[in-house]
Amino acid sequence: MIPAPFDYHRPGTLDEAIGLLSRHGGDARVLSGGMSLLPALKLRLGSCGHLVDIGRIPGLEYVKEDGGMLRIGAGTRQCVLAQSEVINSRYGVLADAVPLIADPLVRNRGTFGGNVANGDPANDGPAIVIALGAELVARGPQGERTIAANRFYKDLFVTALAPDEILTEIRIPQPPPRSGSAYRKLKRKTGDYAAAAAAVQLTLDARGAVQRACIALTNAGPTPVEAVQGSRFLEGKTPDEKSIAEAARLAAAAAAPSADRRGSVEYKREMARVLTARALKAALERAGRS
Amino acid sequence: MKHQISVTVNGTAHEAEVESRLLLVHFIREELRLTGTHIGCDTSHCGVCTVLLDGQPVKSCTVLAAQVDGCKVSTVEGLESGGKLHPIQEAFTEKHALQCGYCTPGMLMTCSALLEQNRNPSEQEIRQAISGNLCRCTGYLNIVKAVQHAAQKIGGAP
Repeated sequence: MIPAPFDYHRPGTLDEAIGLLSRHGGDARVLSGGMSLLPALKLRLGSCGHLVDIGRIPGLEYVKEDGGMLRIGAGTRQCVLAQSEVINSRYGVLADAVPLIADPLVRNRGTFGGNVANGDPANDGPAIVIALGAELVARGPQGERTIAANRFYKDLFVTALAPDEILTEIRIPQPPPRSGSAYRKLKRKTGDYAAAAAAVQLTLDARGAVQRACIALTNAGPTPVEAVQGSRFLEGKTPDEKSIAEAARLAAAAAAPSADRRGSVEYKREMARVLTARALKAALERAGRS
Repeated sequence: MKHQISVTVNGTAHEAEVESRLLLVHFIREELRLTGTHIGCDTSHCGVCTVLLDGQPVKSCTVLAAQVDGCKVSTVEGLESGGKLHPIQEAFTEKHALQCGYCTPGMLMTCSALLEQNRNPSEQEIRQAISGNLCRCTGYLNIVKAVQHAAQKIGGAP
């Protein structure tokens, strides 16, 4: 399959890229790894007059902790994330999720920033950045601004980014002591999107009660779903079998999936409940060890 | 829009003028006439179009030719050297790791890249590495055996 014609641009700097986006407005798309965008263009699910390739702009591929934050450069390829010692030791939800994104060949090209900024609720990145309370850094003609991850997703493939803005960094607050996070995903096969998946992070206080919890669901509606009620329910409680089950039930109630080849609405909501409970248990276990 | 690209394919430098929307797999097959790289699903699922881009396996149906300007690409034609098959190619024939052969070029590229990184992969590591390459004859068992056999040939295995 051949995409409809477009003009490909490979700017050498972010400013140059933003200049191209400003000039071409809504007719331009940012190309990062291209693992979602190129298939969409080939299938003619979308088209654009200009592709602005940011894949070779230096300085967008890094994973580092500083200033109380984990900073992930938007151009960091998923295969690089999978090898990060920092992530594997301290950010369980990412360590769980990255090996489950698409397949190894796609992860060699696909970037974490692309996964987050594409605005597809079936991607794993969106629910994860919400669960981690991340801030997304966008650069545009007026400079830089940060957007809270849970305010970033507006609708299916619609994000808070303006047409001339580029996501440059994902900033994740370093979790306090006694924190744990986890991702649990159900998919039919390697390379498929999730039938349901849950990203959670929780922090316990000194007595073992939940100080803060955040549950977010993948592929459970037109945007990633932040399950606020389920999260709030846990706060202040010492988590046990019963409270986890209730939090998972509340989280699943917030899911609004649509029926497709991966299952009916009822099935997907039930799987969201089961996976949320499993993710909460895994996160709790990790919180106890940190 | 046309782009002048320089790309090294199997060690040979090529200069070409390509249209923005030309896919790498079409460039390889139709411009360079290297038809060992196959086209399968054409939607980045099946992996038969796998080539190495700067040493890493990628799906060439989902990369633009313009994106590989200045890069090194390896295709299945580049595996043999001096008329001698690569150990992974020998192992595929010896372990009967191909039936219809359609997935084979992509499998070979992914497996050769795996062996570059990991001289003695476990069965689990092999299965994970090839999880983005589909064999619709479902001949995975012999493919895994072939990779283990190739690892022994290369000399990494105990």
